[in-house]
Amino acid sequence: MASGLTRGPAVYAISRRIGFYVLTAIAAVTITFFIPRVIPGNPVESVLSHAQGQIITRQTLHALQLQFGSNTTEGLWGQYVHFWSNLLHGNLGVSTSNGMVPVAAVIRGALPWTVGLVGTATVISFILGTLLGILVAWRRGSWLDTLLPATTFFQAAPYFFLAFLAIDLFAIKLGWFPPERAYGQLDFPAFNWTYISDVLDHAILPALTIVVASAAGWIIGMRNVMITTMDEDYVLIGQAKGLPKRRVVWYAARNAILPSISGFSLAIGFVVSGALLTEIVFSYPGLGFLMLTAVQDADFALLQGIFLVITLGVLVANLAADFVYVFLDPRTRQEA
Amino acid sequence: MAIGNSTDLDRAQTADLLELYPNASARRRRRRLPRSPKVLIGLTGLLAFLVLAVIGPWIAPYDPSQTFSTTVSFPQPPSAAHWLGTTQQQQDVFSQLLAGGRSTILVAFVAGLIATVLSVVVGVAAGYFGGLADDLLSMLANLFLILPALPLLIVIFGFLPPSQGSDDVLIGLIIAITGWAFGARVLRAQTLSLRTRDYVDSARITGERGWRIIGFEILPNLIPILASSFLFTVLYGVGTYTALAFLGLVNPNHVSWGGMLFYAQVAGAEQSGYWWLFIPPGLAVALLGTCLALLNFSIDEFINPRLRAAGLSRRRARRAGVTGAERLPRRFVLGVTPVLRSVPPAGDHRGPAGENLSHGGTR
Repeated sequence: MASGLTRGPAVYAISRRIGFYVLTAIAAVTITFFIPRVIPGNPVESVLSHAQGQIITRQTLHALQLQFGSNTTEGLWGQYVHFWSNLLHGNLGVSTSNGMVPVAAVIRGALPWTVGLVGTATVISFILGTLLGILVAWRRGSWLDTLLPATTFFQAAPYFFLAFLAIDLFAIKLGWFPPERAYGQLDFPAFNWTYISDVLDHAILPALTIVVASAAGWIIGMRNVMITTMDEDYVLIGQAKGLPKRRVVWYAARNAILPSISGFSLAIGFVVSGALLTEIVFSYPGLGFLMLTAVQDADFALLQGIFLVITLGVLVANLAADFVYVFLDPRTRQEA
Repeated sequence: MAIGNSTDLDRAQTADLLELYPNASARRRRRRLPRSPKVLIGLTGLLAFLVLAVIGPWIAPYDPSQTFSTTVSFPQPPSAAHWLGTTQQQQDVFSQLLAGGRSTILVAFVAGLIATVLSVVVGVAAGYFGGLADDLLSMLANLFLILPALPLLIVIFGFLPPSQGSDDVLIGLIIAITGWAFGARVLRAQTLSLRTRDYVDSARITGERGWRIIGFEILPNLIPILASSFLFTVLYGVGTYTALAFLGLVNPNHVSWGGMLFYAQVAGAEQSGYWWLFIPPGLAVALLGTCLALLNFSIDEFINPRLRAAGLSRRRARRAGVTGAERLPRRFVLGVTPVLRSVPPAGDHRGPAGENLSHGGTR
């Protein structure tokens, strides 16, 4: 009976969030549509000037003109509808810097690298940062407080600067890890142990960079909430009752972690942005690296496609965090 | 002008507090903010960087774009003539470092200023007017908060013709568009809580107009939060501008720290051990960011005294024989309300500094 009572509000809360994400996705598509039309310059011309030596059919040219809204007879609304209908058919246009291959295919090749790297690094830094935050709050006033300025420095330093340092120190001077790319110069990457260990070997340094740079935010967030939670009466009662300190901290931490999870939406954007830069420094063949080459080669369809895919990924990650939140916090299930 | 208001307000409040709490002596109060090493380091550092931004290009020993040799093709390590060595194009790194601060700091402050104005307009309007306006404006802020900023900026700068990539104000403006939402959300939350205070009610009853209430009753009390969100956006602007310049999306010949990192990457500095190409600009950005973040923390602790490591936790306060009443005035230093009343417990454990993370039950 209890579950029947509580399920309703949870579904309501989640569906509200889904509605918001759908709206955000629509807004992202609309922004993507308008950027080339608002910013001065002629995208189609720069595409053509960069794509010299390639055969561009009349059909492709027409598609490009429609996509970027230059030299086309179609009205703005018509272009917008056309843009949407292409998207919904999974057609993101052709990548002019990759031999006119569909953009979706190019992205599909790079996506797993980014998801693997960013996903793993984010989870590790969340867990590590949260645990450290609990520790710092618990031992407030001890030497651990000096950890804060240090992590602040790591957070204030640009991700890619840390990546520079990491490569210089660990890859070049010490030679522990390979300095760039996602796998060695294997002739035929096969799905065997050699290849997998090679990939892992190449992923450690970039992942470490992302973890070190992004853990600071989780540490500080967790510490701040934890300190306030430790002042609550139930913590005092726990201590008065003679519960072991570890257990009291566990009770407080369970409550303090909720804002960290709901703050995930703020953080994920920063982490993704930083990870894209890290990829570029390491020449890691993910979306960030692809995005930079797309800018350099004026491959605007690819650029737009990557932005939309990243946005979609961020929204999905947020939705996952929402589910976790509703699962963890009974208050969201009690009242709408 | 706004700052003038705040000190007046503080002074008036101190008087108020002294009447009611003689223990909270003016001496202790005045010392509180500058005492913390965080504030001192942050403030001194930031001032030093601001001075550098102004005089940097003048005190640079050489013209940052001057080429010293056309025959050498490798970056030269530090020497007596070039304290931080030379770049691949044989330009003086030290001069570039001194000159590059101006553009970096200018863009960051322009971005911070524009974003703060935007966040005040959206956040305070949403919080004060409520209803449909609040729903729409909050949704707008959340939307911009969730859109990944750097990819969006890469798309915008990707389409921007290169000729416009070196206008500092334009770059700041574009960065501000992606950076205002966070401040708007925090300001909205605080405005919501201020709106129902007695003194705002009384202002409304005496017939003050909406914009006057916002400007003279609410805004002065938002100043600490405003300052915090301004610093946050400047910090964001420093990082973002450096990233964009590093990617070569803004004209890299326009000397900036990010542009120096761009050329370091082009020269393969991290692979070849040319540390003098990337350590100085990277360290400069990191230090500037650290100063801003330290100042921001201090303001957070100022708003929410419980976060202060040196401040008294409830237990320690009790051990020291300090009663609750004596700790209370700390909460009012913020200037939320000159009318003393017990701190509402609901708003307390979710102070304005922590609001950014908590959604409560609606989430």
